[in-house]
Parts: sequence; structure tokens; C-alpha cells
Amino acid sequence: MIESLTVLYGALPYLFRGTLVTIALVAGAMGLGLVVGVNLAVGQVYGNRWLRKAIGIYIWFFRGVPLLVLLFLFYFGLFSLLGINLSAFTVAIIVLGLITAAYQSQIFRGAILSLPEGQLKAARALGMSDRKAIVLIILPQALRLSIPGWSNEYSIVLKDSAVAYALGVMEMMARAHFVASRTYEHLPLYFSAGLIFLILTYLGTKGLRVLEEKVRIPGYSR
Amino acid sequence: MAHRKTILRIEDMTKRYGSKTVLKNASLSLKEGELKILIGPSGGGKSTLLQCVNFLVKPDKGRIWLDGEEIIHSRKKELYAYRQKVGMIFQDFNLFDHLTALQNVQIALVKVKKKTKEQARTRAINELERVGLGDHIKKYPAQLSGGQKQRVSIARALAMDPKVMLLDEPTSALDPELISEVLDVIINLRLHGMTMIMSTHQIGFASELADELVFLEDGNILETGPPKKMLSDADCERTREFCSKITELYGNSF
Ligand SMILES: Nc1ncnc2c1ncn2[C@@H]1O[C@H](COP(=O)(O)OP(=O)(O)O)[C@@H](O)[C@H]1O
Ligand SMILES: [Mg+2]
Repeated sequence: MIESLTVLYGALPYLFRGTLVTIALVAGAMGLGLVVGVNLAVGQVYGNRWLRKAIGIYIWFFRGVPLLVLLFLFYFGLFSLLGINLSAFTVAIIVLGLITAAYQSQIFRGAILSLPEGQLKAARALGMSDRKAIVLIILPQALRLSIPGWSNEYSIVLKDSAVAYALGVMEMMARAHFVASRTYEHLPLYFSAGLIFLILTYLGTKGLRVLEEKVRIPGYSR
Repeated sequence: MAHRKTILRIEDMTKRYGSKTVLKNASLSLKEGELKILIGPSGGGKSTLLQCVNFLVKPDKGRIWLDGEEIIHSRKKELYAYRQKVGMIFQDFNLFDHLTALQNVQIALVKVKKKTKEQARTRAINELERVGLGDHIKKYPAQLSGGQKQRVSIARALAMDPKVMLLDEPTSALDPELISEVLDVIINLRLHGMTMIMSTHQIGFASELADELVFLEDGNILETGPPKKMLSDADCERTREFCSKITELYGNSF
């Protein structure tokens, strides 16, 4: 018991550095997913038939192929085929980001469609281009409505980020495994890794709830 | 009256949804300072006609001139410039829900008319004061009553310096006790010479203030004429029927 704790104590700084890697992975992926996802959603709602079809295929692909397959496909297949030399860490962010973009786009799309049609009409009636209307009127409202769904997506991406381990990214899970396989202290290490994931989930969703409250439009009851 | 110039001319406006024609060859023109009021049964095509005028609904056929210049709506720049000159008031207000009353009025001044923040703010406050909302500029739509919301939307339209205003049943979504505060603002616009087309069921208001009533049913403009004649002895049988029914329903005064 004491021995386990000593090992764990010694390994904690190492695990914490992995936690930072995990946070960077998730932040990068969620950020990429936000930017790509918003554009996918706007294209899906307002785009022409061909654009909508193309986006449909994108979403079908990234929701349908398992994460591990996509990681290998991009890292060992696509990028090396194209002669682009990216670190495993970068590829993991890109793949996680492109996948969550597909899911996030559906959160945003639902939010956009839930807004009354009159919002866009009123914006157009004032002489706004569709682009201005979307940026100034539609998205500020749709993004507010998307926060709960986005928070859910965050907790999923956080967990999925552990799979980056398979590319050799030294995130939390990789480090826990590394120490555990050397010291045979499996239980305390994986337990700690799990606990840190839980704490990150808690902090992230809590933070997003605070944000949701902060940007809530006055006068609306929940 | 005859010497006043024509501001807006609509010719042969037609709109189909699928196989259903909801607007058939509607033609209309407005002289400077004129108020024309669209009346007619629900589903008759009033909203469609008004929204075709600023191309919120794309007509299948029809031409529009503002100040003698034809508007080609496929040219985006022209369309956006034209819409700035045509104020639109919706039945359900359509205020931007995430913006305060002040921001609602300000936003197009800054982002469309490219005024400075300061200019836009001053103008917006003026317009809101003019509709009696000087004390409510910081409120969000959800914190305003229906009558207040509609007045904000009128201020928002007026801030753009429109040449024409289109009002689509501006009081129909309001509780009865809030109707007059909005009608008062519209009366005031009328007195200041604003050119307007408005649809309404407020027949008393219409007969007092309109230059002409336009009766629209099943997408057809069946009759146009001065309110007195339309309400008491219209030429068209259907117009007479509708007018007597609506007078009964909404009363003669406002
Ligand atoms: N987007 C639409 N799609 C299909 N039909 C529509 C649409 N908008 C209006 N209509 C139809 O057009 C007709 C005229 O509607 P509208 O212009 O709203 O009439 P009003 O404003 O006089 O009540 C109605 O029969 C309505 O059902
Ligand atoms: Mg209508």
C-alpha cells in the first residue's frame, strides 16, 4: 500500500504533464471543431443543394468511421502519402477536431433552425447581406443556444482524446500506461488517470454553465 | 394631390407556391405622402404582397420602381441599397432578441449604413424617444411589452431614413389595450408625410386615415378606392360583404 502510494507520488508530476497534453488536445480539437462546425452548419442551412450534399458526405464520413481508424488513416496514410510531416500530436488534434466538427455542426444547425424565421427577414429588410445577417443576428443567438450541447460534446472529446495514445502522443493515458507497465502498480495509476478525467469533465462543464449564465439574454426565463 | 410624384410603383406582381398562385398580377402605386391600406380576408395575400415589395419573398413575375428607378433584385448591391430605403414592420415585431432596444436600432446604422458608433447611438436614441421609449433603451425585447416592441421596430425602421414604409398588420399581435400606442405612432408618421402601405383589420383606423383602401382576396386586387366609398358602397360584391363583416367585428372607431 505504502509502496503503491510512493510510486504514485513519484509519478504524479509526470501524469500532470500528461494532463496538460490532454487539455491542449481537447482545447485544440474543440476550437477546430467550433470553427469548422459553425461553417458546416451555416452551409447546411443556407447553402445550395451541392454544398449541402458535400457537407452531408463529410458528416456521414466523420461520424461513421471509428476514431482509431481515422487516426491511423490520417497519420500513417493520408499525411505521409501527401508528404506532409506532422507530429502525432498535431494529427490527433486535426482528427479529433474534424470529427467533433461533424457532431458540433448538428448542434449549431439545430440551434439555427430553432430561431424564428423572422430574425433573418428583419435583418434582410434592413439591407443586410445574408452574410451580415448570419454573423450579426443568427449566430450570436444560435451559439448561445448551443452551449449545453457543446458542453456535452466537450465531455465526449475529452474522453476520446485518450485514444491519441495509439499514435504515441504522450497524453495522460499514455503516461499512466507507461508507468503502470514498468512498476506493475496498475490500479493506483489508472485510478488516478480516471479521476483526473472526471475532474476535467467537471471543471469544463461547470465552466460552460457559468458561461451560459453569463451570456444569457435578460428577460428570458429558462 | 395630382402634382405629387409617384414614389413606388408595383406592376404585375405574381407569386406562386407550388401550383397555387397566391398573388396574381397585382399592381399598385404610391404617391409621396400617401397611405394605402390593404384589407381582405386572412390568406388573401396581403403579407405576400408586402414582402414581395422588398423581395423578402421573391416574386415569380413583376416589376418595381422606386423614385422612377427600376429595381433589379438579382443585383445584390442594388437590392441591399433598395431595402434600406424601404422600412418594414412585421406583425410579430421581429426584434433581434439578443440585442437591447438601443442596439436593435443602432446595428444597421453601424453595419449597413457605416455610421460611426457615436452617430448611430445619437440617432437611435432620438428615434426611440420619438416613439416614447426614451426610458427603455437598455431593455431587451423579452423585457418589453408587445406595444413597446412594435414601437422599437418602428424606430429601427425609421432610423434608416426610409422613403416608404411597409406595415404588415402592425397591431394584430397586440393585446387590445396596447393597440392605440402603436396606432398613435403610425398616425404621427402619417402627419409627418411618410409614404406607407399597411395591411390591417383596424377598419376604423383605416377609414379615418387612408387615402385609399385596397381590397385583396385570393391573391387578386378586387377593388381600390377611397375609404368612404369602399366601406359604404363598394362596386364589388365581395368587397361590400367583407367590409360590412369587418366593421361589425372590429367596430368603426379606433
Ligand atoms: N411560404 C409559403 N409557402 C406556401 N404557401 C404560402 C407561404 N406563405 C404564404 N402562403 C400562402 O399564401 C396565401 C397568402 O398568404 P398571406 O400572404 O400570408 O395572406 P394574408 O397576409 O392576407 O393573410 C395563403 O394561402 C398562404 O397559405
Ligand atoms: Mg398576413
